[in-house]
Amino acid sequence: MIQQIVTSFLASVAFGIIFNVPKKSLLKCGFTGMVGWMFYYVLKDHGVNIIFATFVGAFWVAVLSHVFARKYRTPVIIFSVCGIIPLVPGGFAYDAMRHFVISEYNVALSLAAKVFFMSLAIAIGLIVSEVMNQLIRDWRKRRGV
Amino acid sequence: MANMDEAMDVCLLAGKIMLQNGAETYRVEDTMTRMGIAFTGCLPQSYVTPTAIIFSFDGSNSTRMVRIEERTTDLQKVVLVNQISRMVSSGRLSLSEARSKLKGIEAMSHSFPVWLQILFAAIASGCFLIMFGGIWRDFAPAFVTGGIGHAAFIYFNRWIKVHFFAEFLASFIIGCLAYLFTQSGLGIHFDTITIGSVMSLVPGLLITNAIRDLMEGHLVSGISKGAEAFLTAFAIGTGIAMVLAFF
Repeated sequence: MIQQIVTSFLASVAFGIIFNVPKKSLLKCGFTGMVGWMFYYVLKDHGVNIIFATFVGAFWVAVLSHVFARKYRTPVIIFSVCGIIPLVPGGFAYDAMRHFVISEYNVALSLAAKVFFMSLAIAIGLIVSEVMNQLIRDWRKRRGV
Repeated sequence: MANMDEAMDVCLLAGKIMLQNGAETYRVEDTMTRMGIAFTGCLPQSYVTPTAIIFSFDGSNSTRMVRIEERTTDLQKVVLVNQISRMVSSGRLSLSEARSKLKGIEAMSHSFPVWLQILFAAIASGCFLIMFGGIWRDFAPAFVTGGIGHAAFIYFNRWIKVHFFAEFLASFIIGCLAYLFTQSGLGIHFDTITIGSVMSLVPGLLITNAIRDLMEGHLVSGISKGAEAFLTAFAIGTGIAMVLAFF
Protein backbone atom coordinates (compact mmCIF):
# COMPACT_ATOMS: atom_id res chain seq x y z
CA MET A 1 0.00 0.00 0.00
CA ILE A 2 2.69 2.46 1.02
CA GLN A 3 4.82 1.49 -1.93
CA GLN A 4 1.85 2.22 -4.20
CA ILE A 5 1.47 5.68 -2.66
CA VAL A 6 5.17 6.49 -3.04
CA THR A 7 5.58 5.13 -6.56
CA SER A 8 2.44 6.79 -7.94
CA PHE A 9 3.54 10.11 -6.45
CA LEU A 10 7.03 9.80 -7.92
CA ALA A 11 5.77 8.71 -11.33
CA SER A 12 3.44 11.71 -11.57
CA VAL A 13 6.20 14.13 -10.52
CA ALA A 14 8.47 12.54 -13.12
CA PHE A 15 5.90 13.25 -15.81
CA GLY A 16 5.71 16.82 -14.57
CA ILE A 17 9.42 17.12 -15.23
CA ILE A 18 9.20 15.52 -18.68
CA PHE A 19 6.41 17.96 -19.63
CA ASN A 20 8.29 20.91 -18.07
CA VAL A 21 5.64 21.87 -15.55
CA PRO A 22 6.63 24.97 -13.49
CA LYS A 23 8.72 23.89 -10.50
CA LYS A 24 6.30 25.09 -7.85
CA SER A 25 3.49 22.99 -9.35
CA LEU A 26 5.45 19.73 -9.38
CA LEU A 27 4.39 18.53 -5.93
CA LYS A 28 0.74 19.29 -6.66
CA CYS A 29 1.03 17.24 -9.86
CA GLY A 30 2.44 14.39 -7.84
CA PHE A 31 -0.35 14.66 -5.29
CA THR A 32 -3.03 14.70 -7.99
CA GLY A 33 -1.59 11.61 -9.64
CA MET A 34 -1.27 9.84 -6.32
CA VAL A 35 -4.90 10.46 -5.29
CA GLY A 36 -6.22 9.32 -8.67
CA TRP A 37 -4.14 6.17 -8.63
CA MET A 38 -5.02 5.29 -5.02
CA PHE A 39 -8.77 5.56 -5.76
CA TYR A 40 -8.25 3.26 -8.72
CA TYR A 41 -6.02 0.86 -6.83
CA VAL A 42 -8.12 0.53 -3.68
CA LEU A 43 -11.35 0.07 -5.63
CA LYS A 44 -9.70 -2.52 -7.87
CA ASP A 45 -8.34 -4.28 -4.80
CA HIS A 46 -11.83 -4.53 -3.33
CA GLY A 47 -13.14 -6.28 -6.42
CA VAL A 48 -14.83 -3.30 -8.05
CA ASN A 49 -15.10 -3.44 -11.84
CA ILE A 50 -11.84 -2.15 -13.31
CA ILE A 51 -13.60 0.18 -15.73
CA PHE A 52 -15.57 1.81 -12.93
CA ALA A 53 -12.37 2.11 -10.86
CA THR A 54 -10.70 3.93 -13.76
CA PHE A 55 -13.66 6.27 -13.98
CA VAL A 56 -13.48 7.12 -10.27
CA GLY A 57 -9.71 7.65 -10.47
CA ALA A 58 -9.99 9.97 -13.49
CA PHE A 59 -12.86 11.83 -11.84
CA TRP A 60 -10.80 12.62 -8.73
CA VAL A 61 -7.78 13.61 -10.81
CA ALA A 62 -9.97 16.11 -12.64
CA VAL A 63 -11.61 17.43 -9.45
CA LEU A 64 -8.24 18.04 -7.79
CA SER A 65 -6.88 19.63 -10.97
CA HIS A 66 -9.77 22.09 -11.02
CA VAL A 67 -9.29 22.92 -7.35
CA PHE A 68 -5.56 23.56 -7.84
CA ALA A 69 -6.11 25.44 -11.10
CA ARG A 70 -8.56 27.83 -9.48
CA LYS A 71 -6.50 28.30 -6.33
CA TYR A 72 -3.18 29.01 -8.08
CA ARG A 73 -4.61 30.57 -11.28
CA THR A 74 -2.85 28.22 -13.65
CA PRO A 75 -4.21 26.24 -16.64
CA VAL A 76 -5.97 23.09 -15.49
CA ILE A 77 -4.14 20.75 -17.89
CA ILE A 78 -0.79 20.97 -16.11
CA PHE A 79 -2.27 19.04 -13.19
CA SER A 80 -4.64 16.71 -15.02
CA VAL A 81 -2.08 15.51 -17.58
CA CYS A 82 0.31 14.16 -14.95
CA GLY A 83 -2.54 12.59 -13.01
CA ILE A 84 -4.19 10.85 -15.96
CA ILE A 85 -1.11 9.02 -17.24
CA PRO A 86 -1.01 6.30 -14.55
CA LEU A 87 -4.64 5.44 -15.35
CA VAL A 88 -3.94 4.89 -19.06
CA PRO A 89 -4.50 1.14 -19.59
CA GLY A 90 -0.96 0.41 -20.80
CA GLY A 91 -0.86 -3.04 -19.30
CA PHE A 92 -4.05 -4.23 -20.97
CA ALA A 93 -3.02 -2.65 -24.27
CA TYR A 94 0.23 -4.62 -24.04
CA ASP A 95 -1.60 -7.87 -23.28
CA ALA A 96 -3.96 -7.26 -26.19
CA MET A 97 -0.99 -6.68 -28.51
CA ARG A 98 0.74 -9.81 -27.29
CA HIS A 99 -2.30 -11.95 -28.01
CA PHE A 100 -2.68 -10.39 -31.46
CA VAL A 101 0.91 -11.33 -32.23
CA ILE A 102 0.37 -15.00 -31.35
CA SER A 103 -2.91 -14.98 -33.35
CA GLU A 104 -5.22 -15.49 -30.36
CA TYR A 105 -7.72 -13.05 -31.75
CA ASN A 106 -10.57 -13.87 -29.37
CA VAL A 107 -8.58 -13.05 -26.24
CA ALA A 108 -6.92 -10.10 -27.98
CA LEU A 109 -10.22 -8.58 -29.04
CA SER A 110 -11.77 -8.86 -25.60
CA LEU A 111 -8.68 -7.22 -24.10
CA ALA A 112 -8.80 -4.51 -26.75
CA ALA A 113 -12.45 -3.88 -25.87
CA LYS A 114 -11.41 -3.51 -22.24
CA VAL A 115 -8.72 -1.00 -23.21
CA PHE A 116 -11.28 0.92 -25.24
CA PHE A 117 -13.78 1.11 -22.39
CA MET A 118 -11.13 2.05 -19.86
CA SER A 119 -10.10 4.94 -22.12
CA LEU A 120 -13.75 5.88 -22.36
CA ALA A 121 -13.99 5.77 -18.56
CA ILE A 122 -11.11 8.26 -18.33
CA ALA A 123 -12.92 10.58 -20.73
CA ILE A 124 -16.19 10.30 -18.83
CA GLY A 125 -14.42 10.94 -15.52
CA LEU A 126 -12.97 14.16 -16.93
CA ILE A 127 -16.31 15.20 -18.41
CA VAL A 128 -18.35 14.58 -15.25
CA SER A 129 -15.94 16.62 -13.16
CA GLU A 130 -15.99 19.42 -15.75
CA VAL A 131 -19.80 19.48 -15.64
CA MET A 132 -19.75 19.64 -11.84
CA ASN A 133 -17.18 22.40 -11.99
CA GLN A 134 -19.43 24.46 -14.26
CA LEU A 135 -22.49 23.84 -12.11
CA ILE A 136 -20.66 24.98 -8.99
CA ARG A 137 -19.37 28.08 -10.81
CA ASP A 138 -22.84 29.03 -12.02
CA TRP A 139 -24.34 28.40 -8.62
CA ARG A 140 -21.76 30.67 -6.98
CA LYS A 141 -22.34 33.36 -9.58
CA ARG A 142 -26.08 33.29 -8.98
CA ARG A 143 -25.58 33.65 -5.26
CA GLY A 144 -23.24 36.54 -5.96
CA VAL A 145 -20.30 35.04 -4.10
CA MET B 1 -6.21 52.39 -29.10
CA ALA B 2 -3.29 50.51 -30.52
CA ASN B 3 -2.74 49.78 -34.16
CA MET B 4 -4.81 46.79 -35.23
CA ASP B 5 -2.05 45.13 -37.22
CA GLU B 6 0.34 45.27 -34.31
CA ALA B 7 -2.31 43.94 -31.95
CA MET B 8 -2.91 41.11 -34.38
CA ASP B 9 0.80 40.32 -34.42
CA VAL B 10 1.00 40.06 -30.64
CA CYS B 11 -2.20 38.02 -30.32
CA LEU B 12 -0.98 35.58 -32.96
CA LEU B 13 2.39 35.29 -31.27
CA ALA B 14 0.71 34.41 -27.96
CA GLY B 15 -1.58 31.91 -29.66
CA LYS B 16 1.28 30.34 -31.56
CA ILE B 17 3.42 29.82 -28.45
CA MET B 18 0.51 28.27 -26.59
CA LEU B 19 -0.49 25.94 -29.40
CA GLN B 20 3.07 24.79 -30.07
CA ASN B 21 3.63 23.88 -26.46
CA GLY B 22 0.55 21.84 -25.71
CA ALA B 23 -2.34 24.11 -24.69
CA GLU B 24 -5.94 23.14 -25.41
CA THR B 25 -7.65 24.74 -28.41
CA TYR B 26 -10.17 26.51 -26.22
CA ARG B 27 -7.40 28.14 -24.19
CA VAL B 28 -5.61 29.39 -27.30
CA GLU B 29 -8.78 30.97 -28.67
CA ASP B 30 -9.75 32.39 -25.29
CA THR B 31 -6.31 33.95 -24.76
CA MET B 32 -6.23 35.56 -28.19
CA THR B 33 -9.77 36.90 -27.76
CA ARG B 34 -9.06 38.46 -24.37
CA MET B 35 -5.82 40.04 -25.52
CA GLY B 36 -7.42 41.33 -28.72
CA ILE B 37 -10.27 43.00 -26.82
CA ALA B 38 -7.84 44.54 -24.33
CA PHE B 39 -5.62 45.95 -27.09
CA THR B 40 -8.19 47.30 -29.55
CA GLY B 41 -11.67 47.11 -28.08
CA CYS B 42 -12.86 45.19 -31.15
CA LEU B 43 -14.05 41.62 -30.96
CA PRO B 44 -11.53 39.20 -32.46
CA GLN B 45 -12.53 36.10 -34.41
CA SER B 46 -10.24 33.11 -34.41
CA TYR B 47 -10.19 29.58 -35.72
CA VAL B 48 -7.61 27.26 -34.19
CA THR B 49 -6.66 23.76 -35.28
CA PRO B 50 -3.56 21.80 -34.24
CA THR B 51 -1.75 22.85 -37.43
CA ALA B 52 -2.88 26.43 -38.07
CA ILE B 53 -4.40 29.58 -36.52
CA ILE B 54 -6.65 31.94 -38.48
CA PHE B 55 -7.24 35.27 -36.79
CA SER B 56 -9.15 38.43 -37.63
CA PHE B 57 -10.94 41.35 -35.98
CA ASP B 58 -14.62 42.13 -36.48
CA GLY B 59 -14.91 44.95 -38.98
CA SER B 60 -11.28 44.69 -40.06
CA ASN B 61 -10.30 43.98 -43.63
CA SER B 62 -7.22 41.93 -42.88
CA THR B 63 -7.14 38.31 -41.78
CA ARG B 64 -3.94 36.56 -40.86
CA MET B 65 -2.96 32.96 -40.65
CA VAL B 66 -0.10 31.22 -38.86
CA ARG B 67 1.01 27.73 -39.72
CA ILE B 68 2.13 25.56 -36.79
CA GLU B 69 4.95 23.34 -38.01
CA GLU B 70 6.26 21.72 -34.88
CA ARG B 71 4.53 20.82 -31.66
CA THR B 72 6.26 19.94 -28.42
CA THR B 73 5.23 19.76 -24.80
CA ASP B 74 6.46 22.60 -22.61
CA LEU B 75 3.72 23.45 -20.14
CA GLN B 76 5.73 26.19 -18.46
CA LYS B 77 5.40 28.33 -21.59
CA VAL B 78 1.63 27.78 -21.55
CA VAL B 79 1.50 28.94 -17.94
CA LEU B 80 3.64 32.02 -18.65
CA VAL B 81 1.61 33.12 -21.69
CA ASN B 82 -1.53 32.61 -19.62
CA GLN B 83 -0.14 34.99 -16.98
CA ILE B 84 0.70 37.60 -19.62
CA SER B 85 -2.81 37.40 -21.03
CA ARG B 86 -4.21 37.99 -17.55
CA MET B 87 -1.98 41.04 -17.11
CA VAL B 88 -2.94 42.38 -20.54
CA SER B 89 -6.66 42.05 -19.96
CA SER B 90 -6.41 43.77 -16.58
CA GLY B 91 -4.58 46.65 -18.30
CA ARG B 92 -1.26 46.18 -16.52
CA LEU B 93 0.75 45.48 -19.68
CA SER B 94 0.98 47.57 -22.85
CA LEU B 95 1.19 46.21 -26.37
CA SER B 96 4.93 46.67 -26.78
CA GLU B 97 5.69 45.28 -23.31
CA ALA B 98 3.56 42.23 -24.04
CA ARG B 99 5.37 41.73 -27.34
CA SER B 100 8.83 41.80 -25.81
CA LYS B 101 7.76 39.49 -22.98
CA LEU B 102 6.24 37.01 -25.42
CA LYS B 103 9.41 37.05 -27.54
CA GLY B 104 11.34 36.25 -24.38
CA ILE B 105 9.05 33.31 -23.60
CA GLU B 106 9.30 32.01 -27.16
CA ALA B 107 13.10 31.90 -26.92
CA MET B 108 13.14 30.15 -23.52
CA SER B 109 14.46 26.63 -23.38
CA HIS B 110 13.21 23.69 -21.35
CA SER B 111 13.93 24.49 -17.70
CA PHE B 112 15.04 20.93 -16.92
CA PRO B 113 18.13 19.63 -18.77
CA VAL B 114 17.78 16.58 -21.00
CA TRP B 115 19.70 14.27 -18.67
CA LEU B 116 17.31 15.12 -15.83
CA GLN B 117 14.30 14.35 -18.03
CA ILE B 118 15.85 11.00 -18.95
CA LEU B 119 16.64 10.29 -15.30
CA PHE B 120 13.06 10.98 -14.29
CA ALA B 121 11.69 8.94 -17.18
CA ALA B 122 13.83 6.11 -15.80
CA ILE B 123 12.45 6.65 -12.28
CA ALA B 124 8.91 6.76 -13.67
CA SER B 125 9.51 3.44 -15.45
CA GLY B 126 10.61 1.83 -12.22
CA CYS B 127 7.62 3.26 -10.38
CA PHE B 128 5.17 2.07 -13.03
CA LEU B 129 6.68 -1.39 -12.76
CA ILE B 130 5.76 -1.48 -9.06
CA MET B 131 2.34 0.09 -9.69
CA PHE B 132 1.50 -2.59 -12.25
CA GLY B 133 2.31 -5.36 -9.83
CA GLY B 134 5.97 -5.94 -10.65
CA ILE B 135 8.54 -7.14 -8.14
CA TRP B 136 11.33 -4.99 -6.67
CA ARG B 137 13.98 -7.20 -8.25
CA ASP B 138 12.87 -5.96 -11.66
CA PHE B 139 13.16 -2.32 -10.61
CA ALA B 140 16.75 -1.84 -11.84
CA PRO B 141 16.14 -3.44 -15.27
CA ALA B 142 13.01 -1.31 -15.75
CA PHE B 143 14.93 1.79 -14.63
CA VAL B 144 17.68 1.21 -17.21
CA THR B 145 15.31 0.13 -19.99
CA GLY B 146 12.97 3.07 -19.46
CA GLY B 147 15.83 5.58 -19.33
CA ILE B 148 17.46 4.32 -22.51
CA GLY B 149 14.07 4.08 -24.20
CA HIS B 150 13.23 7.68 -23.37
CA ALA B 151 16.69 8.91 -24.41
CA ALA B 152 16.26 7.08 -27.72
CA PHE B 153 12.85 8.70 -28.13
CA ILE B 154 14.24 12.21 -27.56
CA TYR B 155 17.16 11.78 -29.96
CA PHE B 156 15.21 10.00 -32.71
CA ASN B 157 12.65 12.78 -32.53
CA ARG B 158 15.41 15.28 -33.31
CA TRP B 159 16.95 13.33 -36.19
CA ILE B 160 13.98 11.78 -37.92
CA LYS B 161 11.24 14.08 -39.08
CA VAL B 162 8.76 11.28 -39.73
CA HIS B 163 5.97 11.34 -37.16
CA PHE B 164 5.38 8.27 -35.00
CA PHE B 165 8.64 6.65 -36.10
CA ALA B 166 10.53 7.78 -32.97
CA GLU B 167 7.89 6.14 -30.76
CA PHE B 168 8.07 2.98 -32.81
CA LEU B 169 11.88 2.74 -32.62
CA ALA B 170 11.98 3.65 -28.93
CA SER B 171 9.47 0.97 -27.98
CA PHE B 172 11.31 -1.53 -30.18
CA ILE B 173 14.54 -0.76 -28.30
CA ILE B 174 12.69 -1.07 -24.98
CA GLY B 175 11.39 -4.48 -26.00
CA CYS B 176 14.86 -5.67 -27.06
CA LEU B 177 16.46 -4.45 -23.82
CA ALA B 178 13.77 -6.05 -21.68
CA TYR B 179 14.34 -9.29 -23.58
CA LEU B 180 18.11 -9.10 -22.99
CA PHE B 181 17.57 -8.45 -19.28
CA THR B 182 15.25 -11.41 -18.84
CA GLN B 183 17.49 -13.71 -20.90
CA SER B 184 20.58 -12.76 -18.90
CA GLY B 185 18.74 -13.44 -15.64
CA LEU B 186 19.00 -9.86 -14.37
CA GLY B 187 15.26 -9.38 -14.77
CA ILE B 188 12.47 -11.87 -14.13
CA HIS B 189 9.26 -10.76 -15.85
CA PHE B 190 9.53 -9.53 -19.42
CA ASP B 191 5.94 -8.27 -19.42
CA THR B 192 6.02 -5.90 -16.46
CA ILE B 193 9.46 -4.52 -17.36
CA THR B 194 8.22 -3.68 -20.87
CA ILE B 195 4.94 -2.14 -19.71
CA GLY B 196 6.65 0.00 -17.05
CA SER B 197 9.30 1.26 -19.47
CA VAL B 198 6.88 1.99 -22.28
CA MET B 199 4.65 4.18 -20.07
CA SER B 200 6.93 7.21 -20.46
CA LEU B 201 6.08 7.25 -24.19
CA VAL B 202 2.32 7.29 -23.60
CA PRO B 203 0.70 10.34 -25.25
CA GLY B 204 -0.93 11.59 -22.04
CA LEU B 205 -1.17 15.23 -23.09
CA LEU B 206 -2.81 14.35 -26.41
CA ILE B 207 -5.37 12.13 -24.71
CA THR B 208 -6.31 14.80 -22.15
CA ASN B 209 -6.39 17.59 -24.72
CA ALA B 210 -8.42 15.55 -27.19
CA ILE B 211 -11.08 14.94 -24.55
CA ARG B 212 -11.10 18.56 -23.40
CA ASP B 213 -11.29 19.87 -26.98
CA LEU B 214 -14.22 17.61 -27.81
CA MET B 215 -15.96 18.70 -24.60
CA GLU B 216 -15.67 22.34 -25.61
CA GLY B 217 -17.05 21.62 -29.07
CA HIS B 218 -13.77 21.98 -30.99
CA LEU B 219 -14.56 18.92 -33.05
CA VAL B 220 -11.83 19.20 -35.69
CA SER B 221 -9.05 19.68 -33.14
CA GLY B 222 -10.41 17.06 -30.78
CA ILE B 223 -10.69 14.38 -33.42
CA SER B 224 -7.31 15.11 -34.96
CA LYS B 225 -5.62 15.02 -31.55
CA GLY B 226 -7.44 11.81 -30.75
CA ALA B 227 -6.21 10.34 -34.05
CA GLU B 228 -2.66 11.44 -33.23
CA ALA B 229 -2.90 9.83 -29.79
CA PHE B 230 -4.25 6.63 -31.31
CA LEU B 231 -1.50 6.47 -33.93
CA THR B 232 1.14 7.12 -31.28
CA ALA B 233 -0.23 4.31 -29.15
CA PHE B 234 -0.33 2.12 -32.22
CA ALA B 235 3.32 2.93 -33.03
CA ILE B 236 4.34 1.94 -29.50
CA GLY B 237 2.32 -1.25 -29.76
CA THR B 238 3.87 -2.12 -33.11
CA GLY B 239 7.39 -1.68 -31.77
CA ILE B 240 6.63 -4.09 -28.93
CA ALA B 241 4.81 -6.48 -31.24
CA MET B 242 7.91 -6.70 -33.47
CA VAL B 243 9.99 -7.80 -30.49
CA LEU B 244 7.36 -10.35 -29.45
CA ALA B 245 7.22 -11.69 -32.99
CA PHE B 246 11.01 -12.06 -33.27
CA PHE B 247 11.68 -13.84 -30.01
